[in-house]
Amino acid sequence: MELLIFYPLAAFTVLLALGVVFNNSPIGSAVSLIAMMLGLSGIFIVLHAHFLAVLQIIIYAGAIMVLFMFVIMLLNLKGDDKAWKIRERNLYLSIMTGVMVLLALYKMIDKVLDTTFGEGADVPDTFGTTVAVGTSLFTEYVLPFEIASILLLAAMVGAVVLAKTKVD
Amino acid sequence: MVPLSHYLILSATLFSIGVLGVLIRRNAIVVFMCVEIMLNAVNISLIAFDRHLNQHDGQIFSFMVMAVAAAEVSVGLAIIIALFRNRPTVNLDEFNLMKW
Repeated sequence: MELLIFYPLAAFTVLLALGVVFNNSPIGSAVSLIAMMLGLSGIFIVLHAHFLAVLQIIIYAGAIMVLFMFVIMLLNLKGDDKAWKIRERNLYLSIMTGVMVLLALYKMIDKVLDTTFGEGADVPDTFGTTVAVGTSLFTEYVLPFEIASILLLAAMVGAVVLAKTKVD
Repeated sequence: MVPLSHYLILSATLFSIGVLGVLIRRNAIVVFMCVEIMLNAVNISLIAFDRHLNQHDGQIFSFMVMAVAAAEVSVGLAIIIALFRNRPTVNLDEFNLMKW
């Protein structure tokens, strides 16, 4: 039953990820990426990670993609940047690297299919709820949580400074 | 129940698509979006292993990945805006200030 939900969601996600890469306009890529994020949150729900699924929608689709859209609108790109084009410089190097990536993907899939992972553990109903994730976030992992807050503060200050100063 | 290998294959596929996008596209903003795809692909495998082993560590870790992604996007887009002010294009091949 879960497979029937998983396969369409996975196909949807992969197609939209390809849509991000092969779209003509940056806006089209951004919209594909938002839809991909929604598909991914569906996959997280299939994995019983409900809290992460909601966070995925709020943070990615809600905050990060709005920032992307905002910058695309702000930059007012010329026509030559809008059109999809393959890079002219180092073309053969890019093609060879792309082939290497595909071979690596083949190897990864081959390895995963060869490995036996055994049966998954039975998860309780509380798996992935806000209570369960929050409890371990604020007890066992409270130091990484605080470090993340400092990281976000530094990023905020850095973004303001970078956007304000002129690069010569 | 979906086997773990399905999630790992999906994660590997999405990661490869992200790498290909970074290699193929020359628009700086789209390259950033492809980096986001890669970060999300890693999140899938973290949570899939979490579900497989019935632990919470991977979910905490993917939470941290989201925080780092948010920081990375805000700084990166600020850099793109600063570069755009310097030279009105987002084509990555045009930026050669740091080339020796």
